[in-house]
Amino acid sequence: MRARDTDWDGVRLHVVTGKGGTGKTTVAAALALALAAGGRKVLLVEVEGRQGISRVFDLPPLPYEERKIAVAPGGGDVYALAVDAEEAMLEYLEMFYGMRRAGRALSKIGIVDFATTIAPGFRDVLVTGKTSEAVRRKGKDGKRVYDAVVLDAPPTGRIARFLNVTNEVAGLARVGPIKNHADLVNGVVSSPETAVHFVTLLEEMPVQETLDGLRELRAAGLPPGGIFVNMVRESLLPASVLEAAAEDRLDPTELVLGLKAAGLTDGGSGAVAVAEALTEEIAEHARRTELERHERRALDKAARPRYDLPLLADGVDLSGLYELAESIRTQGAA
Amino acid sequence: MKKPPFLDLDAIIDDPDTRIVVCCGSGGVGKTTTAAALGLRAAERGRSAVVLTVDPARRLAQSMGLTELDNTPRPVMGVEGEGRLHAMMLDMKRTFDEIIEAHADPERARQILTNPFYQSLSSSFSGTQEYMAMEKLGQLRRSDEWDLIIVDTPPSRSALDFLDAPERLGRFLDGKLIRVLMLPAKAGGRSAFKLFNAGFGIVAGALTKLLGAQVLKDLQTFVSALDAVFGGFRARADQTYRLLQAPGTAFVVVASPERDAMREASYFVERLAEERMPLAGLVVNRVHRSPASMLSGARSTAAAEDLESRGEHELTSAVLRLHAGRMQLAARERREEEHFISAHPTVPVARVPAMSQDVHDLEGLREVGDLLATR
Repeated sequence: MRARDTDWDGVRLHVVTGKGGTGKTTVAAALALALAAGGRKVLLVEVEGRQGISRVFDLPPLPYEERKIAVAPGGGDVYALAVDAEEAMLEYLEMFYGMRRAGRALSKIGIVDFATTIAPGFRDVLVTGKTSEAVRRKGKDGKRVYDAVVLDAPPTGRIARFLNVTNEVAGLARVGPIKNHADLVNGVVSSPETAVHFVTLLEEMPVQETLDGLRELRAAGLPPGGIFVNMVRESLLPASVLEAAAEDRLDPTELVLGLKAAGLTDGGSGAVAVAEALTEEIAEHARRTELERHERRALDKAARPRYDLPLLADGVDLSGLYELAESIRTQGAA
Repeated sequence: MKKPPFLDLDAIIDDPDTRIVVCCGSGGVGKTTTAAALGLRAAERGRSAVVLTVDPARRLAQSMGLTELDNTPRPVMGVEGEGRLHAMMLDMKRTFDEIIEAHADPERARQILTNPFYQSLSSSFSGTQEYMAMEKLGQLRRSDEWDLIIVDTPPSRSALDFLDAPERLGRFLDGKLIRVLMLPAKAGGRSAFKLFNAGFGIVAGALTKLLGAQVLKDLQTFVSALDAVFGGFRARADQTYRLLQAPGTAFVVVASPERDAMREASYFVERLAEERMPLAGLVVNRVHRSPASMLSGARSTAAAEDLESRGEHELTSAVLRLHAGRMQLAARERREEEHFISAHPTVPVARVPAMSQDVHDLEGLREVGDLLATR
């Protein structure tokens, strides 16, 4: 496959994280579509058992199985996989130890429950392990099966810990098979073939969490990716108008004239009332915009590549997803 | 579309019989801010309230004039009126350690506290936070120092985790696995394995192969030490459960007018009903409204197009476009809300408009409180 000139050439594992409510799953899905565009094969993985992927693609719940869910613009396939930690563990036991029957027995007495819910380190090793396996998997031709894997990862607050599996299990297993497996996973997630992207909104808390998350990643030696600023509302108003509006100095006279010219008079005095209400609306909008500008400056400090994704007025549906994918491509993120 | 009943939060926080308010909902919908605002409002209306948060957002601590929140309730200064407000943030490891220290002799406590499994369980098990939140809630309630406790639930991947986690932890600690792992310790060695059928041999072998002998040993030590301390963890979980079912508890489900958050709210409302937990209603946060709603989005767009085609009044057409976008957003949010309302027509609803500024101080929290209570 011919390499495209993008910001993330050479990256095979795209980890997408973000604070709750920022649209992490949506962005991961759009990124997968964008990466697949032009005839490539991409796997989109979710690990939190939320069935978020099936929701954004409007599909019935996904099984623990890689299946094709979408075709990208210009050809190219997106596969999806909902990793179930318990299934991953049984698969792992069978694959590495040939323990099929024992696996079932373990499952019955609750050891799988234990490993997947009580000891979070194990759970994370299992799901990142499955993801790493997909990244490294090769076909009969010796080439990688997937050109890229996109991981819809846990939220920002947990991301460094989630990916830093070696550290997580270190307290529990200093030697032995789990430790070995964790080291293997670590080799994949901390390599230059991986990038951890953050999804944020231009609001104080998500921005703060993004900056904190990036710091934690660096401290853990994990490779930071880009910042996707989601749900951006473009302002159509000139800066001077916004500035005046934010300080409640905007004179509605010009608006009254404009509304009258457009025939929105609503019987005589209507235009004035509408103009005043609109002025109030613009003032709110201007204050919001100012706040957003402030958050952008805060993000500047991170010095990471940044991509703006528009707010989809009709909510996220399939066509919206393709729109976001297109936007991701034109900005060079894929 | 039927209009849902209004969620009268003032009536709830003013009622002296209301002793616990639980704010729940999916992540990123403003649960913590809602809890803090309700706490302040209750205090300023004369209650003696404490807010228990699990969200380590420093900004919220600062908005209440506290540099840092910790595991002990701290007084919030600047509360107007007769009431008072305390705030605390759950430190789950500290809370768990305290339970161990309170229930075990020093030697046993030390054994547990230094065990790697305990350390993992107490600091990172996704259910521990929920369980410890319940535990803390129970402690605060029993202390009877406050007449109103407001708690927000942990930012779990799903709002339902809050209800399931204590049960899961209880199931694990009382479960088959524990008993199996304890056997060698109890019966003094491998001979105990013989009591089991052949299946167990496979299990023990598999465990050793999978975990390594050291891990298995740590796990056994941990389990037997913990078991001796708790006797019946599940009984404890049941107790906290009953506390939540009792009259005097009010669940407030918080959502934003987005599809996922509303869906999550729906699940939660159904689940609360199943568990017979007292639901007060739904708070829809960050609702976009327009002060110029007399002008519809469609008319606005048409007028903007008209002006643009004539090349006149550039500013007005930009403003009209902006307004149309706002109306479109409001309409979408209303649709998401309607999904919920048609499925749960009797659930009271309160709406909080999106604010153009973030909350930074008590004044901001007060404003959110006002908005919560406005019909």
